[in-house]
Amino acid sequence: MEAIQKRAEEGINSELALVQAAKKGDLEAFSDLVRRYDRNIFRIAQHITHNEEDAQDVVQDAFLKAYQNLDQFQGNSKFYTWLVRIAVNEALMRLRRRRNDRTVSLDEDVETEDGAIPREVADWSPNPEQLYGTSELGDILKKTIQGLSPGFRTVFVLRDVEGLSTEETAEMLGLSIPAVKSRLLRARLQLRERLAKYFKSKKGGDGQR
Amino acid sequence: MKCKEFLQELTDYLDGKISDSLRAELDEHLHWCHECHVVMNTTKKTIEIYRDNQIYELPDDLRTRLHQAIMTKCRGAHQGKKSSH
Repeated sequence: MEAIQKRAEEGINSELALVQAAKKGDLEAFSDLVRRYDRNIFRIAQHITHNEEDAQDVVQDAFLKAYQNLDQFQGNSKFYTWLVRIAVNEALMRLRRRRNDRTVSLDEDVETEDGAIPREVADWSPNPEQLYGTSELGDILKKTIQGLSPGFRTVFVLRDVEGLSTEETAEMLGLSIPAVKSRLLRARLQLRERLAKYFKSKKGGDGQR
Repeated sequence: MKCKEFLQELTDYLDGKISDSLRAELDEHLHWCHECHVVMNTTKKTIEIYRDNQIYELPDDLRTRLHQAIMTKCRGAHQGKKSSH
């Protein structure tokens, strides 16, 4: 309790201050960092692995690894950027194990033309998400994003779901900015193409094709 | 501007990361090309749907359990570090 008050007095709410305190062995400070980012890390891990058990393991292992390697965190980037990078690597490793496929990587299927040229050009219903109940919509969104390659869905999740910048995403994934942009475009177009079958307008003309 | 060129700029267009002159060109294309207009609108909707409907939320009870497990492991690592010094 005393430690918490002391940190409050020092205005230690900033991420960097928490990291510095954790580096010196303050476990409460690290616990605050876990609470700050656990939801994000869980979401990212679930999106990559599509397996709740694996996602739970990724959350635990990513935070433990971050804690064990805090000394190596230089503070040149944000702690969160560094943490996501660890989590993405852990998640890809679990995906490889689960698929028994060592080739799973962020580069998989990058050259695909799938979705690059829109085939589905029928307009959607005005409020497509209202066509389905919450859980049905959730199932559609999960099924659809699961169809993307790991590289595409990881970029989409970081940029569009988590709202990170292209620059941050590039740093987290060790990709160039043009590579992030081209994966994001493909991911967005592929998702759009696949969602069209659930959301396109049923009213006459275009939707009836 | 051709549809293919429009598509190449779609991501920056939706993210608002383009110059005014390029935006004007893209808007001009959208004005007469119905197909690109639909693709742009439905891509925008795709992003909004995924952003507004978080499909993998961490339930509170699982969050508590994970937090305890993480901190137990970190405490173990911390003790290990201290005893090795």
